[in-house]
Amino acid sequence: MQADTATPAASAMPPPASGPDGRDGATARLRSAAAGWEGLLVGLLLITLLIGAGLSPEFLTTDSFTTGSLDFSEVALMALPLALVIVAAEIDLSIASILALSSALMASLWNSGLPVELIIPICLVAGAACGAFNGLLVTRLGLPSLAVTIGTLALFRGLAYVIIGDESVTDFPQAWTDRAFGNFAGTFVPNTVVLLVLLAVAFGVLLHATPFGRAVYAIGANHEAAYFSGVRVKRITLALFVLSGTIAALAGIVISLRNSTAAANVGQGFELTAITAVLLGGVSIFGGRGTILGVLLALVLLGAIQKALLLSESISTYWIQIVTGALLVGSVLGPNLARRVTEARRRQSRQVPEEGGQ
Amino acid sequence: MTMLDPARALRGLLAVLALVAAFAFVACGETQDDEASSESGEAAPQSQSEGEADPAAPIKEGLKTVSIPKQLGNPYEEFEHSGVDEALEELGGSNRITGPTNASASSQISIINAAAQQKPDAIIIAGNDPDAVAPALKQAAQRGITIVAMDSGVAVDARKAFVLQVTTELIGQNQVESIAKQIGNKGEIAILSATANAPNQNAWIEVMKEELKKPDYKDIKLVKVAYGDDDDQKSFQETQGLIQAYPNLKGIISPTTVGVSAAARYLSTSPQKGKIKLTGLGFPSQMRKFVKDGTVEEFQLWVPKDVGYLAGQTAAALVSGRITGKEGEKFEAGRLGEYTIGVDGEIVLGPLTTFDEGNIDDFDF
Repeated sequence: MQADTATPAASAMPPPASGPDGRDGATARLRSAAAGWEGLLVGLLLITLLIGAGLSPEFLTTDSFTTGSLDFSEVALMALPLALVIVAAEIDLSIASILALSSALMASLWNSGLPVELIIPICLVAGAACGAFNGLLVTRLGLPSLAVTIGTLALFRGLAYVIIGDESVTDFPQAWTDRAFGNFAGTFVPNTVVLLVLLAVAFGVLLHATPFGRAVYAIGANHEAAYFSGVRVKRITLALFVLSGTIAALAGIVISLRNSTAAANVGQGFELTAITAVLLGGVSIFGGRGTILGVLLALVLLGAIQKALLLSESISTYWIQIVTGALLVGSVLGPNLARRVTEARRRQSRQVPEEGGQ
Repeated sequence: MTMLDPARALRGLLAVLALVAAFAFVACGETQDDEASSESGEAAPQSQSEGEADPAAPIKEGLKTVSIPKQLGNPYEEFEHSGVDEALEELGGSNRITGPTNASASSQISIINAAAQQKPDAIIIAGNDPDAVAPALKQAAQRGITIVAMDSGVAVDARKAFVLQVTTELIGQNQVESIAKQIGNKGEIAILSATANAPNQNAWIEVMKEELKKPDYKDIKLVKVAYGDDDDQKSFQETQGLIQAYPNLKGIISPTTVGVSAAARYLSTSPQKGKIKLTGLGFPSQMRKFVKDGTVEEFQLWVPKDVGYLAGQTAAALVSGRITGKEGEKFEAGRLGEYTIGVDGEIVLGPLTTFDEGNIDDFDF
């Protein structure tokens, strides 16, 4: 987060449809709301840690961290590019299906005798191709990403079943499965977490410290304004979907090796957990707002909640779904309510009717 | 839009600090964890007697087990795991049932890890995928927890014993026999299974296919294996699909309780009611009305509660050192009598029971 990321829209291009009037005031208020969100997440995390410790003496242990973060590896990986996609006011619901397709492809290629070293790049390319397919439908045909990726959610999962059917492949070399399942250099930190941190830094820099990232915010804040300001909206949107597909394929490789099982039915519902993490992390579902740090905090929070509920002797695992769902709704509802309240107040104080938001 | 203003930078910093604090908490916790585990390790050294079995050993007091079904909310699984509860209560211990909310390959792993952290004496598990759960189970075993699989096996080196309902062969043979009898040894049949990689289902289906090669069944043709994913709605739709796709279908075998009741429900309101025969593995309680209204002539099952009961007894015997899991060892399993451990630690509950109009009212599960 360097100073040059400040006011991206203003420095890289004219601020979208802004006037000297109250709009800037409104965005400033939104900004501080977004920053406050991370504080809120930290607060929630601390509360979760306290409650978790109360629920089980096993909660605050390295074991919880190791196994809990392994459980969340794939969702966390996929949430990173998804955050960028949602900041750009698009969505990718097909990620869990790309993960499954990657797993199925891996199974099939392994069965056909290819070494893992060769399978991994092929799967990544396949994931990128899936992402490009989404991206082209969205950018070239102008279709809404919600509809496109609901379609490819079914399509890619279906392809996964076509590729490997109902089989599951379990005989990957142990050197690789150990790598995905094991911890980093004798610590309690799983290798997958190291991978996640590296990618999180990369995506953080990409979003917060590059012209690409500034363009992503600009597209999300106001698609048309970004376009007329010279942002290559289509190309960048396409790139985001390709990134999302590639990382989803990587997650597919990770989950297959980590569980020593590649099958077409892996990761069902992961897209919803990933979206929950992104929105809970303060990324606006309407685009234009959010940070990678927020998303990481949300992932840690979700992981901690899941682990706390799992370790509790008296709470059914159904509650994991209930809490995740409630957080998803809450994370969309919260900022929206706050915005309405702010706007209502402004209207009152100025006695001037405002046109609605973007 | 992101920007750097002082308040924001401060909050970012706070967030990072909180994360560091969380890690620190975790690190503190570790020491406690190590102490706790070394204490409990001293308290129960006999639980991992790898040496000789001592059939006269007393059952360990205050035995604690965790049983992990394939999925919560599946009535079959609930009956089965209630048997574990029964066995443990009878032996003066306690069992806790915890499981995933969907039956996919890897969803049990986080449950196993959490259960292992609680250090019960034994984990009793019905595996969703024999290999995916194996590493987590092996880690649990390293903590001195005895692993018993039941119903649907896990990798042989990831458990001490495996309690199965009947043999795979008997299920396949009995189910084919049941449908063949009903359709007069002639015509097209289909199978409606659960999830595509459920090891038990697939093993039974293999035997059924082998069985159908016998001369007696030469006029029976298996046209399709459909998967209802142990989901009522999906199984219902798959049944509908089978009947539409194969107009000459004479019979359906659904070796899953969710599948067979969904199939029966579909058939009961369709014109093919009573014409297309249905057998499978079902609960008397769910199938009673379909037997009474003529949709289903007969179906089969073991008594699921007994599977759990036997697994609970097995776990208790293993933990207490009465058996070690070696082939040929014998042990007393409460109300079920004596059992002998077979190859690879397998313990077989007994034969399939056939339920029809004559006996269905005798069973209330």
